[in-house]
Amino acid sequence: MSAVRPDYVRPIDFKHGRVDMTHGSGGRAMAQLVNELFLREFDNEWLRAGNDSAQIAMPTGRLVVATDSHVVSPLFFPGGDIGSLAVHGTINDVAMSGAKPLYLAATFVLEEGFALSDLKRIVVSMAAASRAAGVPVVTGDTKVVEQGKGDGVFITTTGIGVVPDGIDIAGDRARPGDAILVSGTLGDHGVAIMSLRENLAFETTIESDSAALHELVAAMVAAVPRIRCLRDPTRGGLATTLNELATQSGCGMVIRERDLPVKPQVAAACEFLGLDPLYVANEGKLVAIVPGADAARLLAAMRAHPLGRDAAIVGEVIQDSLHFVQMETSFGGRRNVDWLTGEQLPRIC
Amino acid sequence: MKYIDEFRDGELAQRLARAIAREASPSASYNLMEFCGGHTHAISRYGIKDLLPANVRMIHGPGCPVCVLPIGRIDNAIALSSRPGLILATYADTLRVPASKGLSLMKAKARGCDIRMVYSSADAVRLAREHPTAEVVFFAIGFETTTPPTAVAILQAAAEGLSNFSVFCNHVLTPAAISNILESKEVRELGTVPLDGFIGPAHVSTVIGSQPYEYFAEEYQRPVVIAGFEPLDVMQAILMLVRQLNEGRAEVENEFTRAVTREGNLKAKALVAEVFELRRSFEWRGLGEVPYSALKIKEKYRAFDAEARYGIEYVSVPDNKACECGAILRGVKKPTDCKVFGTVCTPENPIGSCMVSSEGACAAHYTYGRFKDVPVVATSAAA
Amino acid sequence: MCLAIPARVVALPEPDAALIDVGGVRKRVSLALLDDVAIGDYVIVHVGYALTRLDPAEAERTLALFAEAQIAMDGA
Repeated sequence: MSAVRPDYVRPIDFKHGRVDMTHGSGGRAMAQLVNELFLREFDNEWLRAGNDSAQIAMPTGRLVVATDSHVVSPLFFPGGDIGSLAVHGTINDVAMSGAKPLYLAATFVLEEGFALSDLKRIVVSMAAASRAAGVPVVTGDTKVVEQGKGDGVFITTTGIGVVPDGIDIAGDRARPGDAILVSGTLGDHGVAIMSLRENLAFETTIESDSAALHELVAAMVAAVPRIRCLRDPTRGGLATTLNELATQSGCGMVIRERDLPVKPQVAAACEFLGLDPLYVANEGKLVAIVPGADAARLLAAMRAHPLGRDAAIVGEVIQDSLHFVQMETSFGGRRNVDWLTGEQLPRIC
Repeated sequence: MKYIDEFRDGELAQRLARAIAREASPSASYNLMEFCGGHTHAISRYGIKDLLPANVRMIHGPGCPVCVLPIGRIDNAIALSSRPGLILATYADTLRVPASKGLSLMKAKARGCDIRMVYSSADAVRLAREHPTAEVVFFAIGFETTTPPTAVAILQAAAEGLSNFSVFCNHVLTPAAISNILESKEVRELGTVPLDGFIGPAHVSTVIGSQPYEYFAEEYQRPVVIAGFEPLDVMQAILMLVRQLNEGRAEVENEFTRAVTREGNLKAKALVAEVFELRRSFEWRGLGEVPYSALKIKEKYRAFDAEARYGIEYVSVPDNKACECGAILRGVKKPTDCKVFGTVCTPENPIGSCMVSSEGACAAHYTYGRFKDVPVVATSAAA
Repeated sequence: MCLAIPARVVALPEPDAALIDVGGVRKRVSLALLDDVAIGDYVIVHVGYALTRLDPAEAERTLALFAEAQIAMDGA
């Protein structure tokens, strides 16, 4: 028999192996998982330093921090997975204040029995998304819970960024006369997810629009520094985001149904299920509110960027002490666009 | 989307609106009930009211199967789902309906009851096939549109010899409900609910045909126009009703000719007749006991009847005292007439079923029309 | 009531089942309630079942009716 190397450590079997309680116990198995998966894929100077925290230089400007938990099911869907979704989602939250995202932290709560092949797939995807966006994952943590107490994997990401002075973008800054813009088609992510739900199986080529929007935001802020509000319409869709902004800013809004960009397949899927695209989640879109005079310039800047190709001006902010969001229907009448109630469920009636 | 988008065209809407305004006589009032919840939803969602003259008034009828489902029947469904080893399969519409003891199917699910949402009755049968050791009960609701799919499910289960599948049947009938409204005190004697004509349901009529409405037009001298589901269909139907009323006619007309015939879907009707028979009486939320208005499973298919299988006993539960759903379902009151509308009772915390289903008059008004209740002077400042 | 939509039949994979298409989204539905359905037919779908055929000629006629609505009045 040939000599065995003295430092040989049996590598983790990512093809067939499963998460077990030792991976979260703090011992050798956990260290091996961290080394062979997380450090290898995320690989950067901070992780290589091997500490429980990352030391970063203090940037100038105002610090922005955002955090999200990701519990999406199914874990893998057309256009992404929980990993890329986590990276994009937190980068976007940071970017919505006009900040440049700089660093990410990521924690994983793994369920005992979760397939290591799936975990690897997710981490590889996260690392790719992080590298493509230029925002490294500099620190993290892993825990394991007993079977039945988790949904495969839960991921929490925290992001840090910096806003240069002179940029003031916040949810309470909308004023009557401002224009409302969206960066692209609505409802893609929610429909892509729903197409995989067991009892709703329908075939569609719609993919999640999950994307990091920080570069689009940078282009927008360069073109129109006095943007008032930015927000990404995730759960609850555009309707919920507009209601939030209207309430925060103390005003009302009117949008025009015929100007809302919606892909035909998304519209069709919503018809099938009795859903309203206004309430369906987006993961790669943003809403921008800007003084009316700057709307055209902002629109041009957005459309010049690949993630803003389908951008459109969809409405305007108005005086309204009750903070309603109204919509001019394509039919000619007017209706409320209210907050989402409960969960959007398909209906038969 | 073909046969959908064309029927939502804004320009044609304006034309129809002008025609209605021209033909509605200014000295008359036209009180039209749209029976079907889907029409209520379309009217609210597209803001059709904005396109009608003030003397053409839409009254929302009880054609929302979730709204008319009595609390007691939801309690029965919750009780079924609490049985160990039982899976309750249901359409999503029922999940949030408030029942007794502050429960709903959604809350029961949170407490561990095995309740699964299905899109089709066929999915319920599949659950039974895939879980041979579990008892699967399909919570069947709906008017005549949704009944044939339940019939097919039972026949399918029978053909496959599935011994773990049954149906908790709550199917109700449209003509009986229309009768009930027309016979009600407010309409017949007191005249407090002026009811001049009906917009007939779209998809119910594809199954039962236009023929069953002829009795109402004749007996009660009220015109009925069966309308398709899209907003232009609804407006055309309103125009046709206005014309009938102007000309003193009381006929059944069909606007939805692309899908409705006089006889309806004979195959579907036959399948329903094979599996179901009339209940002598059934309680409708808001309308009380209505004779010959609902279906039960025939003796021949007793093995698939959850009521027989589990010895379900129905206990009638009165509505919350403040709830005006009953009056609203009969068209006697408007959502804004209800003391708790929009405050205690909201879609988030519904007290009555009119608020739970997105087709219910209250939910539709709350979601789409509330801003009209308040004189909001919505002006934009100069940019 | 009864959320139902018109859909085009694009395939007939087995007896009593059709693959339908609405705006590019496809789904399998049951044909247990309808006989003699052909590829290219339009059907109205409710809870996974085709309920009835949609008659294209009648659809065109109805659309024409809408368009006529005011013309008749203007002429009067």
